[in-house]
Amino acid sequence: MTLEVGVVAVQGDVSEHGDAARRAAANHGEEAVVHEVRSAGVVPDCDLLLLPGGESTAISRLLEREGIDEEIVAHVAAEKPVLATCAGLIVASRDARDERVETLGLVDATVDRNAFGRQVDSFEAPLDVTGLDEPFPAVFIRAPLIDEVGDGVDVLASWDGKPVAVRDGPVVGTSFHPELTADARIHDLAFFENAEAAL
Amino acid sequence: MTETDIEDLKRGTDLVKRGFARMQKGGVIMDVVNAEQARIAEDAGAVAVMHLEAVPADIRKRGGVARMADPGTIDEIIEEVSIPVMGKVRIGHRKEAEIMEVAGADMIDESEVLTPADDKYHIDKRDFTAPFVCGARNLGEALRRIDEGAAMIRTKGEAGTGDVNQAVHHQRTIKSEIRKLEGMNHEERVMWAREHEAPRELVHETAEMGRLPVVNFAAGGIATPADAALMMYHECDGIFVGSGIFGAEDPEKMGRAIVDAVNNHDDPERLEEIASNIGAGMKGEANADLPEEEQLQGRGN
Repeated sequence: MTLEVGVVAVQGDVSEHGDAARRAAANHGEEAVVHEVRSAGVVPDCDLLLLPGGESTAISRLLEREGIDEEIVAHVAAEKPVLATCAGLIVASRDARDERVETLGLVDATVDRNAFGRQVDSFEAPLDVTGLDEPFPAVFIRAPLIDEVGDGVDVLASWDGKPVAVRDGPVVGTSFHPELTADARIHDLAFFENAEAAL
Repeated sequence: MTETDIEDLKRGTDLVKRGFARMQKGGVIMDVVNAEQARIAEDAGAVAVMHLEAVPADIRKRGGVARMADPGTIDEIIEEVSIPVMGKVRIGHRKEAEIMEVAGADMIDESEVLTPADDKYHIDKRDFTAPFVCGARNLGEALRRIDEGAAMIRTKGEAGTGDVNQAVHHQRTIKSEIRKLEGMNHEERVMWAREHEAPRELVHETAEMGRLPVVNFAAGGIATPADAALMMYHECDGIFVGSGIFGAEDPEKMGRAIVDAVNNHDDPERLEEIASNIGAGMKGEANADLPEEEQLQGRGN
């Protein structure tokens, strides 16, 4: 079957997520048709949604200016899957403790932006993730850490005792960037475990 | 699940440096000279700010030697905004780059806007943990910079003029050379690499990808929302705006309009709304009127 995949494309590493979604779909013998979401009216037709990495202040401002924010909230209310990475996770969280970012409350968690420091503190490392047999090559770029999670949130991975990958119902959020390597297992985990229930 | 070993991490790899540049895609990076301007830029929706002592148009007017800005000011900007803060250093000035890295710059621009410190060599950027961006006028120049370790390429354009035509010229040149490479066989690509003094592996990689192997922004003369949209139409990944924001009549409106124009670059009706009633752009100076010795783009090759 064909999956309609929306990548929120107001800013960030959009094409990388589109490619990763196509790889994950192909692993399941399915085809992903990728739609770049820059204005309102696209999200309602999407089965799956990606909130990419980028700058959370810029992304959250543009989501509001373009009226895409409410459509994303409705997508999650309809129990359709979302994968939100790094800046996408910040925007998807309940609270980013920063008035410059308008959060959408899709993941019952608070996050700390730029929790590791400046870009020179960014890093890559193998990361153990619940549900994956082998460690995932995680790339953390000016990454946030998840601080507090609500009761309904599953922690899928932690770094130094803090959650860095979580699942809250149809939404998977990571503070790292699974779209930067050719490994599509996180996209797989977010979409195809959830998708069967949703589609 | 086994325990993740937090000692098993790597910083400053190509993946991490180029990955940072990827996060800037679809965004606008604005030149600022102080924390107050940085605040305006972040509020307008900039993805990052570029710190320098004076915007390029003022450097042109002022003349003299243009150097790295006071690293103390970058501290104030880092305190003020949550978006990445970049800093410019002179071409070939390794010590300015080291200072800028320690000062906390998230990316370093080895820039022709400043007076070059070395008439032959660029900085060996591979040794740094911080990623670099460099300007280029053509594909050979872009690939030489990537070979030296640049994680992002921008067109040079002609900084401080408010005239977009050199940025267009440089971007068209790069795209056109890539299209030619795509049509070549292996031995023709090897010959092209020799003729253009470009590293052979990067020539093959570019030909296979059909684009530069790193993020490719536009810079140099972008002054209006329409200019920014034009560079996105020419398949740039994002935009640097130098003098165009704070040289405009109303920097808040101009900044926001340029951000909105990049997001809506393919929608003329939205662009019309965005470009309306935002005050005058910077005055500028046409590139055609500029004698060669006043052009910045020839610095570094």
